[in-house]
Amino acid sequence: MARKSKASVESTEVLSGENAIQNKEIEGLSQGQIVRRRFFRHRAAVLSLFTVSSIVLLAFSALDWRLFGTVNVPGWWKWTPEDLPELRYGDCPNDTVGCPTISLRPKFLGGQGIGLGSHPFGQDDIGRDYFSLVMKGTQRSLSVMVVIGSIAATLGIVVGSISGYYRGRIDAVLMRFVDFMITIPVIIIGSVIGYRYGNLGAVFLALLLSLFSWTGLSRLVRGEFLSLREREFVDAARVAGATNKRIIFKHILPNAIGVIIVAVTLLFSSAILLETALSYIGFGVVPPDVSLGLLISQYQDSFTTRPWLFWYPGFFIISIALSMNFIGDGLRDAFDPRQRRRISKKERQESATARKLAQAND
Amino acid sequence: MVAYIFRRLGVLGVILMGSSFILYNLAAISADPLADLKLSTDPDRDARILALTRELQLDVPPPLRYFLWLRGVLGVFVGQPNFGTGRDGLAVIDSLALAIPVTLRLVAAATFIAAVLGIMIGIVNGLRQYSRFDYSMTFIAFLLFSLPIFWVAVLLKEYLAISFNNFLREPTIPLNFIIGIGLVTGLFWASVIGGSRKTFWTTYAVAFAASSGLVAVLGKTGWILNPSLGPIVILVLSIGIAFGVTQLSVGLGNKKALGASLTMAGLSVVAFYPANWIFDNYASALNIFLMACVLITTAVFVGLAFSKIDRAPIVRTTIITAVLSAHLVIVDKFMQTWKPYMESDAINFRPVPTVGERNDLLNSPDFWISGLDVITHLFLPTLALTLINFAGYTRYARGTMLEVMNQDYIRTARAKGIPERTVIMRHAFRNTMIPMVAIMVADVAGIIGGAFITESVFAWSGMGTLALQGIRSQDLNLLMGTFFVTATIAVLANFVVDLLYSVADPRIRSGSGA
Repeated sequence: MARKSKASVESTEVLSGENAIQNKEIEGLSQGQIVRRRFFRHRAAVLSLFTVSSIVLLAFSALDWRLFGTVNVPGWWKWTPEDLPELRYGDCPNDTVGCPTISLRPKFLGGQGIGLGSHPFGQDDIGRDYFSLVMKGTQRSLSVMVVIGSIAATLGIVVGSISGYYRGRIDAVLMRFVDFMITIPVIIIGSVIGYRYGNLGAVFLALLLSLFSWTGLSRLVRGEFLSLREREFVDAARVAGATNKRIIFKHILPNAIGVIIVAVTLLFSSAILLETALSYIGFGVVPPDVSLGLLISQYQDSFTTRPWLFWYPGFFIISIALSMNFIGDGLRDAFDPRQRRRISKKERQESATARKLAQAND
Repeated sequence: MVAYIFRRLGVLGVILMGSSFILYNLAAISADPLADLKLSTDPDRDARILALTRELQLDVPPPLRYFLWLRGVLGVFVGQPNFGTGRDGLAVIDSLALAIPVTLRLVAAATFIAAVLGIMIGIVNGLRQYSRFDYSMTFIAFLLFSLPIFWVAVLLKEYLAISFNNFLREPTIPLNFIIGIGLVTGLFWASVIGGSRKTFWTTYAVAFAASSGLVAVLGKTGWILNPSLGPIVILVLSIGIAFGVTQLSVGLGNKKALGASLTMAGLSVVAFYPANWIFDNYASALNIFLMACVLITTAVFVGLAFSKIDRAPIVRTTIITAVLSAHLVIVDKFMQTWKPYMESDAINFRPVPTVGERNDLLNSPDFWISGLDVITHLFLPTLALTLINFAGYTRYARGTMLEVMNQDYIRTARAKGIPERTVIMRHAFRNTMIPMVAIMVADVAGIIGGAFITESVFAWSGMGTLALQGIRSQDLNLLMGTFFVTATIAVLANFVVDLLYSVADPRIRSGSGA
């Protein structure tokens, strides 16, 4: 924290005008408040946060839940992926079957009114409701993403901070190991693991994949620690008698948190792409389980005749990954003290007038 | 320096051994080559299990078996590398020899195009930070980042290959497409050039009229079925190139450079007919290389003839102009080949293929037709890979450009009164390129692993397909062979980057001690 406020004080002396506006806004606010404010000003990031939350809510509330294997929490959607409703014939374009019933065009514009219908995303080959399949797949992909993301983040942060803080032999051993791992493309490791363990369930697969996805982050954290541990505030803490643990957790980690959070959001978005890619080539989640990548791979051949089987899962993958990227971008801007908001012409003029007035008063 | 190189090479060897050891054991644990035999009801099941066990040395535990494998690989140093035999009975090294060029072709093309486009757009973004263009390119970059490549590939196959092939049967360009092209191009150029509201709309109008007019004329004249540039268009384009290159590299104020470039542009048109004669009668890679040598030598002489002082930048400008205009002649030759290519039996007016890396039925002895075949097959997979990689390059280039533009030496250069063109091209651009080249080289290595999915979607028989086959058929030797080659390329690429950096910045050599 000390680092950031100091930096902004220094820059105030160098520049004026624009900074006066910026600094006035953050006067008397804590670091957390400043970051939150900056983040909420990033429109795309806020919109993305909203999108991700809606998708999570939609996917997890639509289907039934089994809590602790006994209690059944009913979902609001009438079909489950296991149901086999009758395949809808007729009233589909080009003699296809099971087309989507979702309608977004209101009646007064010549549509059928806004509504979901019986199968909003259509039906697959054997009549299963595609909406429930996509929701199930989204659940799988989201949970794989969270498991890979959080475990890999923890491992990466722990390894990176240990090796950056202690340096010496322990650093050499850990980083050599990271070198080994980074040379192997994740997709190859993923395929090797997924080929054998994909049938043990999505969460187990995600656990294994996370053991191989932390290497990039650990390098980043190490670099951050290497530079932060030489700062004066760390010396001050050490002189004051702080233990290594305290220095790592209370002094260095909070200062590195910006870089880490950004990298972790990007890790999340690459995790969902990894899972879908693996499922697509058949080394990830395997049937009868459902995942977004698997849905695309199963129905890609029917793209010309029944494109909805291809569009909907893709739409969810892209929405989630894109939102994660934008959230990362928003966080980067929020945490970076050098990032400045664009100052509008009006504000600039106002501040210039104010300065002139102040000079006149002097 | 020599000691540094040897130390780095030693570290690389250790890294390669370590990572292959990890992968070998992982793969050996997760794949059981005997699995399908164990389930079989064959009477000689046990004998076959025994034979396979002996052949693949399955009785040796994986960590030790790794060293048996390594001994074969280390045969590279005595000229007899042995990557073992695959389950299909072929020596792994033979399969690799077929697959490596296929993958390299794909990766090289995709990286090159993505890097050139990405860096150009990224730099413009950096110069126009927070403009509308910057915001929209940022959005596009993030969108491309988030696209799963297999999804893009299916879309490209459907819309670019199948629909385009259908379109070629009756090539009339619909009016809304013409207008759409005009709107998009206009918006693009207007946002890149920027400036006041009036310039914006003038640029928009000019770009709109030019592009939609061009598309309309091309559609009406049946150019799509029988395209060519011809000497006149080549001359006009070459003159444009001469002006553009001169403006970017030394500025139009330098009359000598402009004169030399224009001469070269003229010469490329003079050379059009002789070049085409050679193309028709003596086409081969060697001859084209020789022609390139002649071209560059001529460019050097023209540049020297025009200049007295400050020769290097002028010669450089002339060479760039010459190379670019010569490409027009080659593009024209490929365009002339388009019609015979489409008419050949194997193609039959469906020129954009969705699978494979070449058309085996084509089998044409003609250099240009088989060359065009390679290009059409490269088209979709390269486009898919390019789209995905392009995003990264724009972001990196934008970030680096912003950082460089904030440096003190840029301020100094401006304070000295150097024109903005020189500040950007000589001071900012060159310093931006240092990290970009490093990223590009490292990326080539990364994409070889990443071309995995692209290859499998487009059914290319490259390294990725081999590795997948290795995993699917529990073929440890095949998997390890592909991994070892890709990893070696990756590690060597990083080594080259380190080396370039240590030449540029001696602190790296002495400082890290690694």
